[in-house]
Amino acid sequence: MRCGEGASGAASPDKATDMAIDQATVRKIASLARIAITDDEAAAMEGELNGILGWVEQLGEVDVTGVEPMTAVIPNTLRLRDDVVDADPLTGGNRRDDILANAPEPQHGFFGVPKVIE
Amino acid sequence: MSDYRIKGETGEWEVVIGLEVHAQVTSNAKLFSGAATAFGAEPNTQVSLVDAAMPGMLPVPNRECIRQAVRTGMAIDAQINKWSRFDRKNYFYADLPQGYQISQLYHPLVGEGSLTIEADEKAGIAADKVIGIERIHVEQDAGKLMHDQHPTMSFVDLNRSGVALMEIVSKPDMRSPAEAGAYVRKLRAILRYVGSCDGNMEEGSMRADVNVSVRKPGDEFGTRTETKNVNSVRFVMQTIEYEAKRQVEVLEAGGTVDQETRLFNPDTGTTRTMRSKEDAHDYRYFPDPDLLPLELDDAFLAECRDSLPELPDAKRARYLGLGISAYNADVLTAEVENARWFDALLETGAEPKAAANWVTSELFGALNRLGKDIGDCPVTPAQAGELLGLVADGTISGTIAKQVFEKMLETGDGAAAIVDREGLKQTSDTGAIEAEIAKVLAANADKVEQYKGGKEALFGFFVGQTMKAMQGKANPQVVNELLKKALS
Amino acid sequence: MTDLTNLTVAEIRDGHRAGDFSAVEVAEAFNANVAGAKALNAFIVETPDRAIEAAKVADADRAAGTLKPLSGVPIGMKDLFATNGVQTTAASHMLEGFVPRYESTVSQKLWDAGCGMLGKLNLDQFAMGSSNETSYFGNVISPWKRNDGGNAALAPGGSSGGSSSAIAARLCPAATGTDTGGSIRQPAAFTGISGIKPTYGRCSRWGIVAFASSLDQAGPMARDVRDCAIMLENMAGFDPKDATSLDLPVPNWEAALSSDLKGKKVGIPKEYRLEGIDPEIDAMWDAGIAMLKDAGAEVVEISLPHTKYALPTYYIIAPAEASSNLARYDGVRYGLRDLPQGAGLQDMYAATRADGFGPEVKRRIMIGTYVLSAGFYDAYYTQAQKVRALISRDFTAAFETCDVILAPTAPSAAFGLGEKTADPLSMYLNDVFAVPASLAGLPAMSVPAALNREGLPLGLQIIGKAFDEQGVLNAGLAIEERAGFTARAEKWW
Repeated sequence: MRCGEGASGAASPDKATDMAIDQATVRKIASLARIAITDDEAAAMEGELNGILGWVEQLGEVDVTGVEPMTAVIPNTLRLRDDVVDADPLTGGNRRDDILANAPEPQHGFFGVPKVIE
Repeated sequence: MSDYRIKGETGEWEVVIGLEVHAQVTSNAKLFSGAATAFGAEPNTQVSLVDAAMPGMLPVPNRECIRQAVRTGMAIDAQINKWSRFDRKNYFYADLPQGYQISQLYHPLVGEGSLTIEADEKAGIAADKVIGIERIHVEQDAGKLMHDQHPTMSFVDLNRSGVALMEIVSKPDMRSPAEAGAYVRKLRAILRYVGSCDGNMEEGSMRADVNVSVRKPGDEFGTRTETKNVNSVRFVMQTIEYEAKRQVEVLEAGGTVDQETRLFNPDTGTTRTMRSKEDAHDYRYFPDPDLLPLELDDAFLAECRDSLPELPDAKRARYLGLGISAYNADVLTAEVENARWFDALLETGAEPKAAANWVTSELFGALNRLGKDIGDCPVTPAQAGELLGLVADGTISGTIAKQVFEKMLETGDGAAAIVDREGLKQTSDTGAIEAEIAKVLAANADKVEQYKGGKEALFGFFVGQTMKAMQGKANPQVVNELLKKALS
Repeated sequence: MTDLTNLTVAEIRDGHRAGDFSAVEVAEAFNANVAGAKALNAFIVETPDRAIEAAKVADADRAAGTLKPLSGVPIGMKDLFATNGVQTTAASHMLEGFVPRYESTVSQKLWDAGCGMLGKLNLDQFAMGSSNETSYFGNVISPWKRNDGGNAALAPGGSSGGSSSAIAARLCPAATGTDTGGSIRQPAAFTGISGIKPTYGRCSRWGIVAFASSLDQAGPMARDVRDCAIMLENMAGFDPKDATSLDLPVPNWEAALSSDLKGKKVGIPKEYRLEGIDPEIDAMWDAGIAMLKDAGAEVVEISLPHTKYALPTYYIIAPAEASSNLARYDGVRYGLRDLPQGAGLQDMYAATRADGFGPEVKRRIMIGTYVLSAGFYDAYYTQAQKVRALISRDFTAAFETCDVILAPTAPSAAFGLGEKTADPLSMYLNDVFAVPASLAGLPAMSVPAALNREGLPLGLQIIGKAFDEQGVLNAGLAIEERAGFTARAEKWW
């Protein structure tokens, strides 16, 4: 995807009805979030999400003309790390045993997952 | 007209190409952790808790990766954004531990720039052409999946996970496979000059996503396909050729081109639809809340600029200015190691044209024969300068220089030492030369007659015979002069 | 002999230092209380051996004259902090059995300061909740009961409900908490204890299971203001592993504690006077205003015009960040893996995440996924970040006329378990006073101020300028000294 395309849309925040979500949308969102849901859950979720989203849509009434989205909560600049390998074991490599210690399916130093066909 | 066109049933089609090149940033550590980036390590040994996305782990950017991307941007005359930020690209895949890739969508580090590909008649590139570059952003590489180790499982290795990549996005400015090939080669050269990427396409340090569409000349852009992870210049060109033909066939059969992601098969030279990684391709980009905006100060930018080496275009222009032929200038600047070696040779005081000829013919010929790169060249630029110096000051002839060079390759000894030891010093001793000339002319009286009768081409024959008699050590200029005198 | 579990952190520290008792005695006393309080369900994992071990070191250090700032003080650790070698779950089935091979920065600092660990405290799953009813490991029960003769189990607040319940019940003298939208302050208020969320960036987030990165902030919970100051001094500090960590020295907050507020201005935000709110809340607030006046402060009315938008803003930003932060729980590298017969990778994700996350976590992931999805990003997320900027500006403007802000911590006293679970929105509204300071990254604390007519604690909140934890603690101390809150839950467990 190229800069500026796609990720932002034309939806207008003051049209609450446009945003009401149906069960198909619930299932699509669940699929995007990789959460399996049953039909019953989708039905229950439809009401809950519409309730919450309907409520947060009041933000659309705030005049934000000329306001930049907040980027840093507290004024602070991004620090950069030095290009040094394994300077701190907590952020360095060479700890395969620790990396694999909790793996559900460790395999010869790898993480095993169901076979993927690309 | 050298324009590249696909000839279809309905007429000619123009190909429109844009490339997204992923170049691994040369750094010791990963983009957001202190794990090493070296190629070929044991699986999951170069993985930090951060790279494995353990709960509570946080990214801190590596200054060197930012610096290299900025220097690369400067090398393509691009706008450097002093304020940029990292965004998360969300999708699920086994090679993506965080469930998102930290990338830059909304505010990339580097804005618009360009590079120039040179005219190449043979390849159908009529004139130098400027290819626009839309942006360069910095992002994390993914891990690696292995599918052939187990009957029912794929194996995940996260060694590459979190390694810094630059994504260099061109504008859709290319119109033929040759232009795309030239673009990749030029970009690779620039990256290697800058030192921001080793350009090693076999190891995956550089790979391209190839965007191809076709249109009737003058029409709007067609729908494009994106072929992922193509890892050589030749494959990039093959992808375009195949994809353009395929799209023309689809369109001429009344179909439409799907905007989709495809995979290139190097064995067959074809592309095929790739299984979708994320059903809807809805990546839900948003600014990474673990990271603050990246703000670069003037001192940082000045250091980036000051540390840039002479780049291919400037170097080529300088070589042309030294009287070096365009062909030699191209050859010498194509690979940064060659150019550096050549520059070191020039610094010894070698005459540029002669040095260029010698490097492109003698040296490269020898390396080719030995199966070596300039990196492991047995002769140093200083040694080569000494050799060329002996030719230039008339100590040895060009012919003897070849012999001396062979000895240098064999022994590693210096040129002067070899010349001394082997007694190869060129002689301008007119007495000795005149004596040999006399013998040659006496032995070839018939040819002398013919020469004097007007067959002047025989002069070369007498030079050769004389030089042979002198074992190549006679100063050719002196031989010429004395022969002319003897034959007049 | 005094019951050692009634001592504050300062009293334990000083008493141990003075040789009044051994650290092992203290650890044993608290271990016993923990073991006897299963009914509260405040702990997910109990670590009595760790507490004893640290106590032995503390006693040896005392003998050797090498005491550390918190030698001999056993504490509870919210189970959101990764603890090396001890199961760390975020109260989720997803991480059941997960034993990290690393220690969070904040917990490491506390162990380095001499603290011992009594156990890992229960919480709302992934810190999402206001009542500690979303834990996979069961509800935490408040030690408090209403004085109506009924026996309703009450919420200890959330998400740091294990922390609040354990402190209120004297299972530990202090504990760590984390606060994303009130998760330290609201449970403190519900259980009659103190808790401070410092300025965003004071405490490293490294090793704390992330909920919403731009909001999450660790802080201490304890019985009084001094203990909060002591704990915070030993939790805060610059961490190069957290890019949002503040590179500032940690002040000596305890030493500078002063309840003399002469020359200080206290702002009262008129927008926090909610229509229809329990009059006891407003009465407590007015009493708090009087206390601060008594301490020498001048009281001024201030306006925070975008207050009503804080909660909706929070419920876009926090779920959006959470939906992404929780994507790493996919069953590949650690934690739960649910692999149905014949399932592929993507099916494994969906099954694992369906099984591993509780309903509230799923709800927030779904909201977050939706508000970030194509076509809605600007309308929801960008708009929310703009409103967030306005909320922050409101505070900046207000702090031109005042030094700290006084407000209630929560709109009600503790509610009964199950009373709000059917309606997520009514639960969210409980954080109405807590969320604005979170959105602006400001330090804020809750101190107990009064009991309501049901005999339940109510808390007052002090919000300070960025970096001014001292101002917050001092105002908190002024209230604490005047409120004289000594009530405690009668033991029934």
